[in-house]
Amino acid sequence: MRFCAYCEGVKLTESEETIIGTSVPRKEGRDKVTGAARYVDDIRLPGMLYGATVRSKIARGKIKRISFSPEIDWNEYVIATAKDVPGKNCIALILDDQPCLVDGVINHPEEPVVLIAHPDKHALAKAVEGVVIESDPLPAIYSMEGSEKQSEIIWGTDNIFKSFLIEKGDVDRVWAEADFIVEGEYFTGAQEHLYIENNGMIAVFDSVAGVTVWGSLQCPFYVHKALMALCGLPEEKIRVVQLETGGAFGGKEEYPSMIAGHASILAMKSGRPVKIVYDRLEDMVATTKRHPSRTRHRTALRKDGKILGGEIDFTIDGGAYATLSSVVLSRGTIHAGGPYLWPSVRIRSKAVATNTPPHGAFRGFGAPQSLFAMERHMDRIAKIVGLSPVEIRRRNFLQPGQTTTTEQVIREPINLSDLLDKSLAHASYKAKKENFARENKTSSIKKGMGIAAFLHGAGFTGSGERYLDSVVGMEGTADGSVRILVSSTEFGQGTNTVLCQIAAEALGIPYESVTIAQADTTIVPNSGPTVASRTAMIVGNLVRSAAIGLKQTLQLDGTLKKTFKPAEFGAACRKYVAEKGLLRSLARYNSPEGVYWDDVTYKGEAYAAYAWAVYVAEVSVDLTTYAAKVENFVALQEIGKVLHPVLAEGQIIGGIAQAIGLALYEKVLWQNGRMLNGQMTNYIMPASCDLPPIRVVFEEIGNPHGAYGAKGIGELPMDGPAPAILNAIVDALGVPFDSIPLLPEDILEAITRRVQSRQQITSPQESPC
Amino acid sequence: MRANPTEYELVAPGTLQEALALHASEPGSWLPIAGGTDLMVLYAAGRLQSRKLISIAALRELRNIEVASAEVRVGAGCTYTDLRQHPVITKEFPLLARAAAWTGGIANQNRGTLGGNIANASPAGDSLPVLLAYDADLILVSASGERRIPYRTFHTGYKKTLLAPDELIHSICMPRNLSGYKCYARKVGARNAQAISKVFLAAMVRISNATIKDIRLAAGSVGPVPIRLAGTERALAGQPINDSLLELAGKVMAEEIQPIDDIRSTAGYRTVVLRNLLGEFLQSLPGARFAS
Amino acid sequence: MLNPRLPDGTRLEISLTVNGAARTIHAYPMTRLLDVLREELNLTGTKEGCGEGECGSCSILMDGFLVNSCLIPALQANGTSIVTIEGLANDNRLHPLQKAFLECGAAQCGICTPGMILAALHLLDKIPQPSLDEIREGLSGNLCRCTGYFQIFEAVAKLSRNGVAD
Repeated sequence: MRFCAYCEGVKLTESEETIIGTSVPRKEGRDKVTGAARYVDDIRLPGMLYGATVRSKIARGKIKRISFSPEIDWNEYVIATAKDVPGKNCIALILDDQPCLVDGVINHPEEPVVLIAHPDKHALAKAVEGVVIESDPLPAIYSMEGSEKQSEIIWGTDNIFKSFLIEKGDVDRVWAEADFIVEGEYFTGAQEHLYIENNGMIAVFDSVAGVTVWGSLQCPFYVHKALMALCGLPEEKIRVVQLETGGAFGGKEEYPSMIAGHASILAMKSGRPVKIVYDRLEDMVATTKRHPSRTRHRTALRKDGKILGGEIDFTIDGGAYATLSSVVLSRGTIHAGGPYLWPSVRIRSKAVATNTPPHGAFRGFGAPQSLFAMERHMDRIAKIVGLSPVEIRRRNFLQPGQTTTTEQVIREPINLSDLLDKSLAHASYKAKKENFARENKTSSIKKGMGIAAFLHGAGFTGSGERYLDSVVGMEGTADGSVRILVSSTEFGQGTNTVLCQIAAEALGIPYESVTIAQADTTIVPNSGPTVASRTAMIVGNLVRSAAIGLKQTLQLDGTLKKTFKPAEFGAACRKYVAEKGLLRSLARYNSPEGVYWDDVTYKGEAYAAYAWAVYVAEVSVDLTTYAAKVENFVALQEIGKVLHPVLAEGQIIGGIAQAIGLALYEKVLWQNGRMLNGQMTNYIMPASCDLPPIRVVFEEIGNPHGAYGAKGIGELPMDGPAPAILNAIVDALGVPFDSIPLLPEDILEAITRRVQSRQQITSPQESPC
Repeated sequence: MRANPTEYELVAPGTLQEALALHASEPGSWLPIAGGTDLMVLYAAGRLQSRKLISIAALRELRNIEVASAEVRVGAGCTYTDLRQHPVITKEFPLLARAAAWTGGIANQNRGTLGGNIANASPAGDSLPVLLAYDADLILVSASGERRIPYRTFHTGYKKTLLAPDELIHSICMPRNLSGYKCYARKVGARNAQAISKVFLAAMVRISNATIKDIRLAAGSVGPVPIRLAGTERALAGQPINDSLLELAGKVMAEEIQPIDDIRSTAGYRTVVLRNLLGEFLQSLPGARFAS
Repeated sequence: MLNPRLPDGTRLEISLTVNGAARTIHAYPMTRLLDVLREELNLTGTKEGCGEGECGSCSILMDGFLVNSCLIPALQANGTSIVTIEGLANDNRLHPLQKAFLECGAAQCGICTPGMILAALHLLDKIPQPSLDEIREGLSGNLCRCTGYFQIFEAVAKLSRNGVAD
């Protein structure tokens, strides 16, 4: 029995061979399987208080009065409100519009208003209930459509956080030449990250050393920046340390700054360590989710199925504050055209404000939303033009030398038709399509096949990496081992392991001789945030440079020969440190030559590299229960070089599992801006019985910009499954579905609607799928 | 955790007699807790009203499965795992074994009890429609004695039952005269395991000459309590199994259920799917004649 | 202000065996076993994910049965024998199941891992050579958001292939 293609690869013994491309043991794996790994809730400090957050409850309004129930002895509690914020009352990120604690105006139902702390954590829940916030409600907005109407202005002057326009060619001319014009509108819902470890932080304040926070987080320097502003303290008086982090998926990119801020305020006010750990309900309802989206396509085509051009309108719901919406929007906008050639295109996009908790970073970062629309739209186009879903894609795939919607020239020798053929072969696509067409006629279980072809840009968008200006450090130590210094964090995806592999490979020493420092802002340089599928590719390359620098230092110094054995490297380190002290090498990001990006026109090299993929879903729909089930899944992707096969496969399967959740299970129910189903019992993520066999296939072209040819892969698998699955359901049922999540109730409703409309129309009309 | 443990009392009497005596001493103020798979969830959410609890999890007297000639008596403290593993249950009452296997994950099956499922009185309790279909009786016990009631009379309204303030559920009795019955149960939940049901149908039928002689239908999650579909049963009894019967059954059924829109599903979905489940069951029967 | 005001007197003495060692603690009867393990006994390998018996992160073995420790009042654990993740490795030697998890990539972020390993151990104890469907069912109460489960299935299958003898 084999469920994974790459599982046999882990080598628990020391490897003499090349380290890149082999599956070495996960660096912190032993601690994780023995229970020794320490997460934030596992830490207790002497004299520590437990903090809790009193939230706004209404979606929009003005606070009149905050009162405290006389039934509680408030002398036992530390209490903080907006007036206790030592510095600027905001969560500094891109714009500083989000307050740390509400001061007057409430903009969503889960806004922090009052903080309390007590030595006994069981004394908190009742006290939270005992704080009464009286307010005058203001009219609130709960939908993108409501926000666009601007009946109420809830943010800025027009409810729009950010908008983009991409123009290529002359799209206004294509309509007259078109044989077909195909329109479609597509929706994606909010999605909760549902990392199994809830958010949490511990803060300590000392009047000399300043504020230190330990916690569950992705981006130590984001928290660092936010705390400097909030606490009004200089750089050196803020220290942020990442603890073992139990899953993140983007969900611990920006919100940890909020919790760190709250814990710090309470720590500064009380003079004692303060821990805030959310319970599941609070984490689900108050922290970020994937941005809901709406995409409209209008596409002009020749009768042979070639795209002449089109307009794409992409809108996302940002929630109440700007947070990261502008960058999520940016990535979604750039990916909106998919892996296809658009001779002419106009893409307009905007992120709008609503009175819900801000939506935020989530694996894929806007791309799963706009690619869902693109890939459903391709199937709709195929149907109208009269081609198969395979052929319509084949005729429009981007080829080397052609340009993307931002006019980035494809320079690598990618052959998408070849990837498509291979993935169809792995899925037995043709044979299954034929079988299903026959079997579906008599069965109450209808089966279908669906495809999604897509790309995912690795690293920050456009000039992002240049602005980040990442730095990586490496030290040779007194015991002869090497230590990597990065702010890049491990939260399951394998950062520690892959970066150590790269360093070991570059130095020619065993993997076991390399360690990675805890992400502590007083120890590690800022290698940027751990987001955007950038760590293996971009930080990895810097680790390699730092390693080469370290080696050169030893060689120039004469301590190490030109060619050496691993043991000689260790000896050289020991000697150098003993005689000269610190042995350290730093590497700083240099943007590749000839890379051009224009932030104003949104033209140029949007990403240094793209990963490419074709996914195939086989789906069944049981017409007794209307439940759709993914029966088989093929995930074929070109990701440059596979640095660690087991980890890479784990990223792909895990991403697909989350995307199956996005497509078929995970629905956030909203009422007046608040999530109603904030429990694991009623927000349904896939469990062990719900996932199909997933066949993962890697193609490796390489990537000159990534460490040992690597591209980013963390987000890629989030993009393709949902459209592939919906395309398969449409194939099975012949009814169009353009919205996710697609639950059995939705399938029943669509089938019922179709039966009713058939009964009304005497000559049944096929609606285009 | 939103509850404060210092505010709660919990006692664990060593015998059933002691538990009942305590229960009788202040009727209605002590809440029995067995495996805790429902009550501890309420507790942690800060929503458990009762401040005084009696643990009955360790009471041996409630954990027997007694096989008599006419019936099987299952102690209320038997866990879902006990039910799944008992040879007579799996052989003669397969729907109960299956419902037990569909309840939560293994950890909850190791703790959750049949009596707890009944007392919790959720319309979505997985074992409840099955007990209705099996025509189970309950033995309720208090310090002053015991009484036996038909289970189908037990639930009187949403989360309301016939259990008196000083009573415990002692055991569940299921008659064994079931040879000749075809049986069916299907749970429709939001995922394949570890899910709360959106619709549940348990059904048993005896057929001769392609005609329904006796039929029992019980449904979960389609009203405030798990119910026997008595009207539908009457409409089907004595009938041959064909398309028009299915249509008739669907109509009668729709009138006797009271499904609602809630956080898990919609009334419309529940109505249609329950009808489909009945259709699936009827179509599987020998002698069934259906067009499609 | 801020003096810990923990009313005692209502705390009970609770004796249990944890990972083979007899332990006696004082706890409120309704303190969750999860909190007893983590806070009184400092066994923080047992994790809290949801606090309502849905995610399985707090899974332990109690008298040989897999249970969610967040749903068990301390009093109900009196006199029982508990195995937590800390009880698996022997003299610093990993249990074969822990080794299989490492080799197959079955632990990513690690937060579900202790509970998952105990669920797998319980499964292999009841069914030494489980089928894929039996593995799926045995782990169905343990949610993992990172792996998509297959590398975990692989680890369990590997152990069933190799036998569980250390």
